[in-house]
Amino acid sequence: MKILVSLKRVADPDNANKVKVTSGKIETTGLEWKPNPFDEYALETALRLTENGANTKARLGEVVVVTFGPKETETTLRAALATGADRAIRVDAADDTLDGDLVARALAALVAKEKPDLVLVGKQAVDGDANQVGQLLAEYLGWPQATFAGSIQSEGDKSLVVGREVDGGTLKLRVTLPAVVSVDLRIVAPKSVRSVHTPATHNYADGVRFAALMAIMAAKKKPLAEVKLADLAPDTALRIKYLRAELPPSRKAGIKVKSVEDLVQKLKTEAKVL
Amino acid sequence: MANILVVAEVVLGRVKKATLSAITFARQTGSPFSVLVLGTGARDAAAEVEAFGAQKVLVCDDASLADQVCERFAPTIAEVARKGFDVVVVTASSFGKDVAPRVAAKLGAGYAADIAGVASEGGTLVYKRPVFAGNAFAFCEITTATQVVSVRQSELPAAEPSGGASPREEVPLAAADPAAGRVEYIGLEAQKSERPDLGEARVIVSGGRALKEQFAQVLDPLANLLGAALGASRAACDAGYAPAELQVGQTGRVVAPQLYFAIGISGASQHLAGMKGSQTIVAVNKDAEAPIFQVADYGLVADLFVAVPQLVTELQKSQA
Repeated sequence: MKILVSLKRVADPDNANKVKVTSGKIETTGLEWKPNPFDEYALETALRLTENGANTKARLGEVVVVTFGPKETETTLRAALATGADRAIRVDAADDTLDGDLVARALAALVAKEKPDLVLVGKQAVDGDANQVGQLLAEYLGWPQATFAGSIQSEGDKSLVVGREVDGGTLKLRVTLPAVVSVDLRIVAPKSVRSVHTPATHNYADGVRFAALMAIMAAKKKPLAEVKLADLAPDTALRIKYLRAELPPSRKAGIKVKSVEDLVQKLKTEAKVL
Repeated sequence: MANILVVAEVVLGRVKKATLSAITFARQTGSPFSVLVLGTGARDAAAEVEAFGAQKVLVCDDASLADQVCERFAPTIAEVARKGFDVVVVTASSFGKDVAPRVAAKLGAGYAADIAGVASEGGTLVYKRPVFAGNAFAFCEITTATQVVSVRQSELPAAEPSGGASPREEVPLAAADPAAGRVEYIGLEAQKSERPDLGEARVIVSGGRALKEQFAQVLDPLANLLGAALGASRAACDAGYAPAELQVGQTGRVVAPQLYFAIGISGASQHLAGMKGSQTIVAVNKDAEAPIFQVADYGLVADLFVAVPQLVTELQKSQA
């Protein structure tokens, strides 16, 4: 199976509470670039679908990773190559010349060239939190979509049974490939992904894998191509324009109550919610 | 002035309450709006939204819309939108977020997710939306003539009926996307529960990893007593102490009940993103330094295994 995975770098999500707003603009100065966690889960999913869990060095399919951004975003791609992706593509663009719709249209053009059986994306990037690229891409390609995947079972690499994490529970769909799947966080649990290669009894370590030092060295020799954005999407007009930003109002400091009796009393007489 | 199309979310023949927040959004734009009710049982469900001052209530009731497969819903929503609507509004639920971008792509429209507010600035609609897990609000405009947005139930209050009855009109079902032929609906696995939905509950009792295997044993009596929905932190769901659909946070549900109990939840930024809009927050945690106390209106530093049963007893006394 050939899988295309899109990756985005984001300002360190573990320190998102340090985001500042200066003169109406969001500033992430001082925050390290990190791969978007949901995209890392998409990559891990792609690797699991194209290997035998017991011997992860023997690649049994192809995983192509793609990112959009300036030269320095190749760091994100090299890291993905080091964890096992086979090939990388950087679509050259300045960060502020992109929005989700443009990325989806460019990805659609890239899919037409690369012809993967499956596109895996994170369900959302944790900076803009828009949750849209997978769905937009599916529509542009005329492919089925399975969003918020918490489990995937490959059926002969012809179809996938996807457990979607929806508001009311887990919604199961069978999608015939090619398709677009966006992944949620529980996709990286030990038994969430079942490929055609890995025995059903195999348990993965919880979470995403880390690259070994040797693999980091070897990744420098893996192919990384550069593509111009305009070659993929002639219309580079943005559909969303950000005007300004503000910090949310902070909640006023609460109080510590001394006892359960005190708490019940305050909820009744002060907050009047009981 | 824009013409707004609110897409009602229909589940098991009932309109989800989140739809009323989408109607509030439409009213706040100051523009006329219609409501599209589509799904199996939409004809009956439409009665639930006829008294909100919509220009029209558009109904598409079809057996093929029994299951939420977006490749079947998106074409009809787009087709209706093409008949003179400028802004398509869905709820920011898992259904709305699945279908809305697909509709936007069909319409050549820009899409803005999780809207927390709207205002008209010089004739242009400016949307307010949370970014960076709710650590900032961004204000944006969509540059295309047709626009698609999803609206956060936790940020906009449910609309109250304004009386009267909007005229009803049946709209035809559009052909499903060809891709629908490659999607087979298998089923929805949900925990059977008599409790209210997280999005609709007045009170939510949420638990963290500290509850361990006693998650239900400790929290059920409190939730039962208050008629509350149960929620959980990501850590509790990941550890298997609570089912995934209970998760509250950036991943999971974003809620804003009148009363939110955070029991044994430390208060990671991921969790706060999903509940800090709640009206009154109560935290019970034995770690006095836990970040949850920074957002809690009432904090109790205590062992939850002692405090929660005490709380149940105390509430029973006061209800007696």
